[in-house]
Amino acid sequence: MTMYNKSLKQLSTSLQNKDISSVELSQYFLERIKQYDGELNSVITLNEEAALLAAAQADKAIQAGGAGPLTGIPLLHKDIFCTEGLRTSCGSKMLDNFIAPYNATAVDKLSQAGTIMLGKTNMDEFAMGSSNETSFYGAVKNPWGLQTVPGGSSGGSAAAIAARLAPLASGTDTGGSIRQPAAFCGITGIKPTYGSVSRYGMIAFASSLDQAGAMAKSAEDAAYMLQAMSGFDEKDSTSVNRPVADLVSGLADSIKGLKIGLPKEFFSAELDDAVRLKVDEAIDAIKSAGAEVKEISLPNINLSVPAYYVVAPAECSANLSRFDGVRFGHRCDSPKDLEDLYTRSRGEGFGEEVKRRVMMGAYVLSAGYYDAYYKKAQQVRRLIQQDFVNAFKEVDIIASATAPSTAFTVGDKAGDPVSMYLSDIFTIGVNLAGLPGMSVPCGFVNEMPVGLQLIGNYYEESRLLNVAHQYQQLTDWHTRVPTGFEQE
Amino acid sequence: MQWETVIGLEIHAQLATQSKIFSGASVAYGAEPNTQACAVDLGLPGTLPVLNEQAVRFAVKFGLAIGAHIAPYSVFARKNYFYPDLPKGYQISQFDLPIVGLGEIDIVVDGDTRTIGVTRAHLEEDAGKSLHEDYHGMTGVDLNRAGTPLLEIVSEPDMRSAAEAVAYVKTLHSLVQYLEICDGNMQEGSFRCDVNVSVRPKGQDEFGTRAEIKNLNSFRFIEKAIAHEVERQIDLIESGQKVVQETRLYDANKDETRSMRSKEEANDYRYFPDPDLLPVEISAELLAEMRAELPELPAAKKSRFQQQYELSEYDAAVLTVQRALADYYEQAVASANGEAKLVANWLMGELSAALNKSSYDISQSPVSAERLGSLVSRIADQTISGKIAKQVFELMWSSDDSADDIIEREGLKQISDSGELEKMIDQLMAQNVAQVEQFRAGKTKMLGFFVGQLMKQTQGKANPQELNKLLLAKLNA
Repeated sequence: MTMYNKSLKQLSTSLQNKDISSVELSQYFLERIKQYDGELNSVITLNEEAALLAAAQADKAIQAGGAGPLTGIPLLHKDIFCTEGLRTSCGSKMLDNFIAPYNATAVDKLSQAGTIMLGKTNMDEFAMGSSNETSFYGAVKNPWGLQTVPGGSSGGSAAAIAARLAPLASGTDTGGSIRQPAAFCGITGIKPTYGSVSRYGMIAFASSLDQAGAMAKSAEDAAYMLQAMSGFDEKDSTSVNRPVADLVSGLADSIKGLKIGLPKEFFSAELDDAVRLKVDEAIDAIKSAGAEVKEISLPNINLSVPAYYVVAPAECSANLSRFDGVRFGHRCDSPKDLEDLYTRSRGEGFGEEVKRRVMMGAYVLSAGYYDAYYKKAQQVRRLIQQDFVNAFKEVDIIASATAPSTAFTVGDKAGDPVSMYLSDIFTIGVNLAGLPGMSVPCGFVNEMPVGLQLIGNYYEESRLLNVAHQYQQLTDWHTRVPTGFEQE
Repeated sequence: MQWETVIGLEIHAQLATQSKIFSGASVAYGAEPNTQACAVDLGLPGTLPVLNEQAVRFAVKFGLAIGAHIAPYSVFARKNYFYPDLPKGYQISQFDLPIVGLGEIDIVVDGDTRTIGVTRAHLEEDAGKSLHEDYHGMTGVDLNRAGTPLLEIVSEPDMRSAAEAVAYVKTLHSLVQYLEICDGNMQEGSFRCDVNVSVRPKGQDEFGTRAEIKNLNSFRFIEKAIAHEVERQIDLIESGQKVVQETRLYDANKDETRSMRSKEEANDYRYFPDPDLLPVEISAELLAEMRAELPELPAAKKSRFQQQYELSEYDAAVLTVQRALADYYEQAVASANGEAKLVANWLMGELSAALNKSSYDISQSPVSAERLGSLVSRIADQTISGKIAKQVFELMWSSDDSADDIIEREGLKQISDSGELEKMIDQLMAQNVAQVEQFRAGKTKMLGFFVGQLMKQTQGKANPQELNKLLLAKLNA
């Protein structure tokens, strides 16, 4: 089998058996990035020198017999995670010059597990976007069709995994930013329960919704990665203090008797017919493994996009206030006074979509509008959460399409924010409720990948991954490589 | 027309924690600029606040001390505004769900006790400092203070004069130090005050339009600023103008207040719950623990001092202003065999004068409570006179020697032996026959002459009561 398509377990075995060294493996993927990323634009900062040093360390650890399943495995980090000494831009001109003096906790945990950071991936600016077109560093292309978007905001990570530029990549998901690009790029991505992975050092977009997760070829690979990045962090007050669940050992469990709920609201007119067909086939496959299927209802889920576009911008409007040109980041040339310093630094440093959301957020929080917008949206959010809580009294897993369509054409929705926002209509509710969700590849429509979304109850990542893994035992969608990227 | 002043106060008390309210950086005062600001205090991207538990405990303690409702569930909110010394572009504060709810506190003005309502007290972080001097037209920013924990204590508009306002501030100032939740240092800004002032015709129910005077950091400034502001508002109204709602700044050099910004220019702070922090939940256990840690409070201590030590209200008030002073007093009384009044006089007299002269706090006194107590007991048992005691005290101030050692070494023991004194009197009378005759002829003032001579002879060591008694007996014989 080709190196790039090996599973994490296979790579790990090759490393342990010394068939290949971590330095060689890292060089191999660095070469692939150099070879293929020119047209994809998925990696915006390379970490070549430091990566090879870390790989040499990993090789020593392997030599000494102290290696874990992730030791020596190369990966990419979304450029939203602060990395000590290596630029963290968050896809924005504002932070084009920003080098953090600390690592995000998730980055630390993954490097303690022995992974090798090859570089940082492109993303929508401050994670605001669903197509990776809002990045200061230019759009990312979808390897399955270069004229289409990879989805967003973790579009760089998704495209890189799809093109097999690295075995693993981190992502963050505020309204679908792991799952939707995973669907568009035909890879596997999981966002765990809110609070599972520390947000420390992960640049905040909407704090109550942001959650880091794993992007990989398969559920099995993602399980190893997610387990390594999860865990309580005293530096993040919203991180959950409970033992890290074993996400790997249950992967092979039978899913016989598992109850899968299909929300009727998600199988509606918004859903593209061809995409629906693929999702139906996937559900049939899961049924064939012994699961039972049941129609359910999430009566308030249609309010999730409007509620989200109040709560998320409100939080972002405050979260992005620190980018003021005073202490770090972009500062305008020769400001004539304080007001000028603020308006020009922010005006020049932020892109259109970021400005739009900061303004929306400031508006919904302003005196006289707070109750009508922010407070109301929080109430709606609780209703949506309650819908899920009720649903999980009846079923173990909820399934739907990840996105209403396959990847759209670059430029298609860039001028129409509302239509862009609606591409996250199936994913946003999960963030509002804080639930774990994932996307697994489930076929192609016109040669573009389709994603199956699986939603679990709180802290049931292990069950989600088990279902996804069992499905992947029956199918090979997750092993497909886009044309033009197959060369070894 | 008769005018009535209405005053409400907001006090910012810096909580005496080791580290900042949302980070591990130190809060020690006076460090080099920006050396006590960590990544969290600088608002670097991705950093997150973690609440300092000690700050919560201090706030609860304060709430219990004023008999307030402690919210079982309170929420931190973001107060949004841009300023260079506010690193995140928002201040983490509490808004509609503060940790301490309605409470009250008694103040005493001219012997009358009044109860002042405390609307609420909430936790928040301080901002940094903008430095406008010495930067060639630019502004310097020092973020050492950013993130320092504050308890903002908001009163009801219950005060009716500058004197009441000052009494309220002093009472709180004393209370927070008793509770050991704030060092009370007003020069360093650990305890500062915003005053809301309005006037209305006496008898009118509605409040007048108020002005807020910001950042007053001494009792004297509070009094002067209010006096000035009341006069300004009355002048305005009486000349047919209106008071506008605004924030004003007190200029101590010119003794005047001037406008900072009007209500129209006021910010819309867009408060909303901070999603980075969980709601603060106060358990019954924590409440019980904090209640058990409450010290005897100033008002209770004062009335106990009046009863137990039979002190005047004034003396009791002075001795209980500071917890350390009250503790010193009680220790000294114990070492002086219960000579409560005499110890009070010494504490408020000699000791306090000496401390003032050296700018010492009671805790820095070179004469410990035990040593002062034993000195006082030597006065009480007539080993030395009060006058000699002052000499002994001076020697004690500059050494570690005990009162007894000094009395012994310097030979300062009082002469109370009547035989010895009689011998000296006889001798003196024999040498000054003319003066004796003058006394006997009715010039009783001559007694002073004999006392003075004998004191001189004994270097002040003669027991004055004994000496007077014997002298009078012999002169009148």
